Amino acid sequence: MFWIVAIFTLGSALLMVMNKNIFHSALYMVLTFIGVAGVYVMLNADFMAAVQILVYAGAIAIFLVFGIMLTQRGNMKQTNLFSAHVAVAGLVSLAMIVINGFMVLNTNWPVSTAEPPSNTVSLIADLMLTKYVVPFEVAAILLLVALLGAVIIAKEVKKTS
Amino acid sequence: MIEFALYNAWLIPLLPAVAFVLIALVFKPLPKVSAFVAITFILISFVLAICIGIGVIQQGGEFVEHPLKQAFTWFSMNGLKVEMGVQIDPTSAMMLFVVTLVASLVQIYSLGYMHGDPGFSRFYAYLSLFAMSMLGLVIAPNLLQMFVFWELVGLCSYLLIGFWFHKYSAREAAKKAFITTRTGDFGLLLGILLLQINFGTLDLQRLGEMIPNFAQYTHLSLGALTVIAVILFLGPIGKSGQFPLHVWLPDAMEGPTPVSALIHAATMVVAGVYLTGRTLILFKTVPSAMAFVAFMGAFTALFAASIAITQTEMKKILAYSTVSQLGYMMLALGAGSLTASMFHLMTHAFFKALMFLGAGSVLHSMHNEANIWKYGGLKKYMPVTYWTFLVGCLAIAGIPPFAGFWSKDEILLVTYNMAAHQHQPFYYLLFVMAVLTAGLTAFYMFRMFFICFHGELRDKHAHPHESPFSMLLPLYVLAFLSVVGGLVGMPWLQHGFGYFVRIGEFEHEAPNYIIMVGSVVVALIGIFTAITIYLKKSVSHEKLAQQFKPIYTLLYNKYYIDEIYLWIIHNVIDGLGRFLWWVDTTIVDGIIDAVGNAAKLLGSTFRRIQTGKLQHYALVLFAGIVILVIIMNFMDTSSVNLGLLGGVR
Amino acid sequence: MIGSSIGLNHFLIFSGTLFCIGLFGALAKRNVIAILMGLEVMLNSVNINLVAFSRYVTTEILTGQVFAIFVVAVAAAEVAVGLALIVAIYRSRMSVNVDDFDWLKW
Repeated sequence: MFWIVAIFTLGSALLMVMNKNIFHSALYMVLTFIGVAGVYVMLNADFMAAVQILVYAGAIAIFLVFGIMLTQRGNMKQTNLFSAHVAVAGLVSLAMIVINGFMVLNTNWPVSTAEPPSNTVSLIADLMLTKYVVPFEVAAILLLVALLGAVIIAKEVKKTS
Repeated sequence: MIEFALYNAWLIPLLPAVAFVLIALVFKPLPKVSAFVAITFILISFVLAICIGIGVIQQGGEFVEHPLKQAFTWFSMNGLKVEMGVQIDPTSAMMLFVVTLVASLVQIYSLGYMHGDPGFSRFYAYLSLFAMSMLGLVIAPNLLQMFVFWELVGLCSYLLIGFWFHKYSAREAAKKAFITTRTGDFGLLLGILLLQINFGTLDLQRLGEMIPNFAQYTHLSLGALTVIAVILFLGPIGKSGQFPLHVWLPDAMEGPTPVSALIHAATMVVAGVYLTGRTLILFKTVPSAMAFVAFMGAFTALFAASIAITQTEMKKILAYSTVSQLGYMMLALGAGSLTASMFHLMTHAFFKALMFLGAGSVLHSMHNEANIWKYGGLKKYMPVTYWTFLVGCLAIAGIPPFAGFWSKDEILLVTYNMAAHQHQPFYYLLFVMAVLTAGLTAFYMFRMFFICFHGELRDKHAHPHESPFSMLLPLYVLAFLSVVGGLVGMPWLQHGFGYFVRIGEFEHEAPNYIIMVGSVVVALIGIFTAITIYLKKSVSHEKLAQQFKPIYTLLYNKYYIDEIYLWIIHNVIDGLGRFLWWVDTTIVDGIIDAVGNAAKLLGSTFRRIQTGKLQHYALVLFAGIVILVIIMNFMDTSSVNLGLLGGVR
Repeated sequence: MIGSSIGLNHFLIFSGTLFCIGLFGALAKRNVIAILMGLEVMLNSVNINLVAFSRYVTTEILTGQVFAIFVVAVAAAEVAVGLALIVAIYRSRMSVNVDDFDWLKW
């Protein structure tokens, strides 16, 4: 099960990166997000999976599609090309994968054997509204500020003489 | 009052400084008020100086050994402590008296002389500034303060020579004076630094204690100390117009005549003598440096006197006479006698200021006609100027009982004693030079005197008239002092001038009647020669000039010193300059350009890295992470496993 | 739900690989929106890491998940502002190609 989800996620991510059509890339990105949601489910994080689907596969994907719509005209075929330094970037990324693998395998992680709690939603709600209430509110304000900021930045600039 | 003056001597330089600030900032548009302020303040200073003088005399010889010193620390750091303050001893008290007296008289005199000049207020501001600087120099307890005020008087001299800056010659003369004296000041500063480095102090008293036992305090050899003394002496050479840096002083006569009287006769130019006198211990410790000073003085005296014979401008003659008299003072110092030097300094200040002011009076009435051959017969137009000038001439010629006689006699005496009693045969030569100078002095002074005041008025268009009272008052005062001023130093007085102004043990010099009579005879010969040629005209001076044409031309052109300097500057210094310019443009600039070009090359290479593209930066960032991990992995061989953690320690 | 052989290491390697794919996208693409997509994928992989540690290391405490939720909130804000910037730049430059965005160079 893990392998299927993992290969599905990584494959769609790779397709997203490799695709030359920006719109297709966006679609593959949504697939990647859904795959990640599957990984969350496997990690017993139901709430996170729901959030992933809602926020990423829903809101952010729509956002990006809107962005594409606002910035691209005409033929979509050649809209998502690689830049000149693709080889270096690939090399660096590969090296990072190798390093990451080494690091993970060479580290003795302290693993707990306890059974994960089944009802994560109510637990998270408890944490959010008691221990982490201040960051929670701050995040709300952040979202508000981002909303306003985005509107102001993207607003059409008035032509001033 | 006397007590107050003694302990508040700092007021004396401060008052003219206040006057300067007031005039410069407030009273500039009001000439009368400016003059009033300046004169009032300098007169208060003068009164204080008299009180100090009385106080010093009351104390007897006490202050010679233990000067009254008040000082505060200006700044200090490790190994260096610089003080500002006041040092009262008979020498500085005498100088305070002379400077404030002449400054007051000159300021009063300027009321008439500078009347109606557009720069009237400015003139008084400069005079006050000068008085402040000179008085600060006089009371300085250490060499650094002295140097500061030394430079300030140089500045004032520059400002006042160039007072009529619309005149090309005045501007040039001001620059010449400044640059020439600066040349000497360089040596002075170097000397002061060397003293500070080697002795660790610049305090005059401390230096006076340390220098005679220099081997105990420093690692200096006698030769090194001689070098320091000679370098230090460069400053006085420049400031006091000694050969070969005397060239600025005659040109400085471009300034207003009161300035010439104050700065270039009575006070500033003697600063060099004063400084040498203050550091005389140093010269006494190294006999060769002292002989050098004596020789420079004697040579300058003779040299300048010979030039003065042929000059045709009243102020130029007086200027060369000043140079010559300063040479006398140096000679006295070189003979180791502070007393004789300071005594001559004082009497010279009286009679030379008198003569300059007299010359100013003549110029004033002749509408700045400078050539003495245009004058003549001024006796009947300007009786006061005539008689006072005669007093000055007699004083400088050394006719008893006028002031100059006593001081000049003292100098001749100490020079002779140096030769006869200290077994320094070299000083016989200097003695002969000094006696010759005495004769020449009498001759050229009376030459000028007869040409100016006797005979017929040669310029038919001139309308000479006697000067106003404000100009005559200083003449009266100075004439009186020129008559009686020398009596304080009569050799028959047991506790005369020499008892107070001295260094070391008081030694009464027994009067030497042969020298006394001899010097009078020499002076009389000079005067009678002048009478023969210029008054009686039994020998035509033109014929004489024809007969001795080479010498006459040489003297008339001042030994071509200026021309030699010009030649040196044009050829040697300019050539050196051109060479250095070449070195600079090709070698130095080449190196610098190479460095610059290297930097430019590096920059233009590395600027390609700065593409301005975010992705490149991000790429480099992550590539850097990769490289760092690799490096840490391979470098940290002692713990390979930890290294593989990527430095998560 | 998953096989017992699957442990923390698998998830960590998986998230690291996903991160590098996102990084590759962010580094190698020309289109700014593609770069933004790469960034989102990177953030996702970080979230996986957080949740995986929460699951395997501190099983009873759900701090990791809470943290991941905050990351999601911040990511949403980031995307909103980022897209607004892109649109603003596009309006003035008529381009979404990062190769044209070189004004950081003097």
